This record gives sequence, C-alpha cells and structure tokens, in this order.
Amino acid sequence: MKLIIAAIKPFKLEEVREALTSIGVRGMMVTEIKGFGSQSGHTEIYRGAEYAVNFVPKVKLEIVVAASMAEQVVETIASTAKTDKIGDGKIFVLDVESALRVRTGETNDDAI
Amino acid sequence: MKTLTKLSLAAALVALPGLGFAQEADMTPPNEEIGYIFTTFMFLVAGFLVMWMAAGFTMLEAGLVRQKNTTMQLLKNVSLFSIAALMYYLIGYNLMYPGDGWSIDGVLGAFAITGLEPVGLADTETDLTYASVGSDFYFQLMFCATTASIVSGTLAERIKLWPFLIFVVILTGLIYPIQASWKWGGGFLDAGGFLDFAGSTVVHSVGGWAALAGALILGPRIGKYKDGKVIPMVGANLPLATLGTFILWLGWFGFNGGSQLYMDTAGNVADISRIFSNTNTAAAGGALAALILTQILYKKPDLTMVLNGALAGLVSITAEPLTPSLGAATLIGAIGGVIVVFAVPLLDKFKIDDVVGAIPVHLFAGIWGTIAVCLTNGDASFGQQLYSIIVVGIFTFVVSGVVWFILKGLMGIRVSEEDEITGLDMTELGMESYPEFAKG
Repeated sequence: MKLIIAAIKPFKLEEVREALTSIGVRGMMVTEIKGFGSQSGHTEIYRGAEYAVNFVPKVKLEIVVAASMAEQVVETIASTAKTDKIGDGKIFVLDVESALRVRTGETNDDAI
Repeated sequence: MKTLTKLSLAAALVALPGLGFAQEADMTPPNEEIGYIFTTFMFLVAGFLVMWMAAGFTMLEAGLVRQKNTTMQLLKNVSLFSIAALMYYLIGYNLMYPGDGWSIDGVLGAFAITGLEPVGLADTETDLTYASVGSDFYFQLMFCATTASIVSGTLAERIKLWPFLIFVVILTGLIYPIQASWKWGGGFLDAGGFLDFAGSTVVHSVGGWAALAGALILGPRIGKYKDGKVIPMVGANLPLATLGTFILWLGWFGFNGGSQLYMDTAGNVADISRIFSNTNTAAAGGALAALILTQILYKKPDLTMVLNGALAGLVSITAEPLTPSLGAATLIGAIGGVIVVFAVPLLDKFKIDDVVGAIPVHLFAGIWGTIAVCLTNGDASFGQQLYSIIVVGIFTFVVSGVVWFILKGLMGIRVSEEDEITGLDMTELGMESYPEFAKG
C-alpha cells in the first residue's frame, strides 16, 4: 500500500476528486493548509503599505491505495491539477505499513 | 397622547360656547407656531440621524481592528457616546451656547446645567422664531458625541479603557464645547467672519487633532513599524467596515441638513434639500476618487481606502454644503478622497499609527473642506478660514496633548506588551467578540 500526499491549488480540488473517483479511488482525506515552496509567497498592498503573504493557501490530499494503483493516482493528480503556472503543488508517495477498517476489522488492501 | 387629550379638551372648552360641538374645534396651530413646529421636528429627525452615526463609527472601527480587539472597540464606542450625552448635559451645552451669559466674552461660555422647557411650554413666553430647547440640545449633543467617536478609532488596539474614557469626559465636557462656542455660540471666531456650516473644523478637525495628539503620545501598535517598513495589520471584518461607512453616509444627511438650523420657510426647505444632494454627491466623489487612485497606484483597488474616501468626501463638504453646485460638491468631495489616499501612507512614514484612518479623513479633509468654503461662498475670507483652522487646531492639540500627558503620568495610557499582543478583549475584558468562531 502507498500513501499519496498531494498539495494542490484549492480551485483544482473538485476536478481532481472527480478524476480520482473515475479511476476507482474510493476515499481520500482533504485538509485546507497554508505553505510555501518555490513560489515562496507574494506581496499585497493594504492601505498603501506592501506586505508579504509568506504562506499561500493550498489543499492537501491524503490518499491510501494499493501499491499497484499508486502510479496511476499520481499521474491523474498531476495531469488534472496542472495549470503550468507557478504554485501548482507537489506530490509525495510513502509506503504504508498496515491498514484497518474500524467497523469490520478487515486489514490492509481489503481495508482501503 | 396625554398632550393631545389636553389640547383637544382646551380647544373644546373654547369652542363649546360658540359652536356647541367639540368635534368641530379647529385644531390647526396658529400661523406663528408653524415655523417653530417644523424647525423643531427637523431638529429631532436630523438629530436621530446624527445619533445613528455613533453606530456607523462603531461598525467601521469594529471592522478595521483585528478580531482580538473587537469587543473593546465596541465597549469604547457605546461608553463614549453615553459619556458625551452626560457631559453635554452637565457642562457642554451652556458652555457652547451661553447666549448673553459669557464668562469671558466671546471666549468662554456659561457654566450651567442644561434645563429644558416645562412640559407643554406651560407659563413660558417661548421664542417661536427658532426651535424648542429640547430639540436644539438633542441635535447639538450628537455633534459633540461625533467628535469623541473620531478619537477612538485612531487609538484602537493599544490604549487602556479608563484613561481613554477620562479623556472623553474632558473632550466632550470642555474641549469641544469651548472651541465650538467660538464659532457656533457666537464667539470671537464667528465675529471675525469664520464660516463652518456643519463642522469640518468645529467637529471633524477637532476630533482629528485630539486623535493626533493621542496617537503621538501613545505610540504605534507593537510590530506596526519594523526595520523602516510598515507592517499592515489587516482589519478583521470588512463587511462591518462597509456597513459602518454607509451608516455614517446616511447619518451625514442629518449632520449637514440639520445644520441649516431652520425649516420655517420654503427657502429653508429648498436649502435643506440642496444640502442633502450636495452631501451625497461629495461622498460619491470621494469614494470614486479613492477607487480610481488606488487602482492606478497599487494595481488593485483598496476597499478600506474607498471607504475612507467616501468619508473624506463627506467631511470636505461639511464646512459648506449649501452654496456649491452638484458639480462643485462632487469635486470638493473627490479632492477629499485624493487627500486620504496620500495621507494614509504619509502618516505611516512619520510612524503615526492611525488604525482606521481617522486623522486623514477628519483632520486633513476637514482642513481642506474649511478652506474650500472660499471656492463657492463669496462671504468667506481665506485669511479668516486659515486663522480659525490654526486657532482651533492649536487649542485642541495643545489641551489634548496636556491631558494625554497627565493621564500617562497618573495611570499610564497603554496596556502591557503581553496584553497588547494577546488582545484587549481577553486581557482587559475577558470577553471575546466571536467566541464560538475563535474556539471552534
């Protein structure tokens, strides 16, 4: 099993969710986050004074899938969330040791 | 209802012997009372419009402070309005309008508690050429409260509650009424030919000078100016700030319109409607000037500046809302809007921290409005306008400064660093403005 963590632009969330469900992803966790990467924020002006917005709002997806499916999920997120503009986000893939469905007690691939 | 019953009974008694039917009694007021009735009624309507400006200031300030200081700002506003109401009754009204009872002729008014007419004007010889004392007192009191409202916005987020309220006692009981008597009470500035229709100088710049003195002595909020840079502290609730601006805009019709002081002839009623129209267009001019200017200067329009621009337009037209044409009034207001857009960053350059922009809006645009009287009113003299601006400015700034220094020495006017960073709502009041929202 793999855990896929993706930080994407908030406005792309709905599109990415639809694309992932259509390839068979059955669940995900979504968090509103702030952060910076190579975009490293931007500046705004309030009452004549410039200020830096150091942390940009993003959406973080956490998805656990069978190892065989991980690559397809990563590709789907990448192609859907891509705008070719700075700040499109990043995707990380981690190994997952175990999984358990609380209601039934099923484990690992059966649990996701 | 009680008065009505009495009146009809009296009318019935008079009419009975002649007509035999009480129902046919003529209830029309005598001609000589009609002007008195209309002017009094106008003062009451205009007065409650100006009263509502207290709500406007409160919402504007609640929107432009950070969330952690909101409850404190609300408390200060309701308290300062109430203090103004009491002080104006106890000292202010007769100090401002001494009639023939000057303590020092043309300079210092009378010291007496305000008294109203007896119920039903019983046994008095009432001067029917003006309005009732009750309506005049009520109307003028609201102007006094407005002056105090101006100060609270500038000093927000760092001043202690009680020293601020003590300052309001002195501002509304002494500083405002004394300088206002010089013009509106018939004092020496009035005798010199100074023109200030509804108070660009008498009300707005006075609030601005008192705020400026306070801001200089109090110092900026922690973290506002760091390493030569200005760090914006963004207002927590822009919908409230916008609502507050619209409330002020509405209240201003009473502020300027009521200052016609008479509604007893067709000419006066026409003038009041002229004032309403000019007041409105000046606000629009100020808002649009700020909208266009911030778009050009900063590439994005700044809502808070547009709100300040509308208010600056209103302040600018307040010294002379009657004589300008609609076009001239729009331009006078628009220049007020331009002044604000440049004055806000200018104050920041001098590290004068004005949380809501009250100094640019009320002081700078107030000075501009007082000078602008010369553009459309042939009776105004530039020299006298300038002289009066300076006299009122020095008096208010110096006395306010002394009071702030005394308060600073006696009890301290600033909260501790830790309290300021945590926020005044919890540290001074133990009460948050949006507890559910904050805690989740």
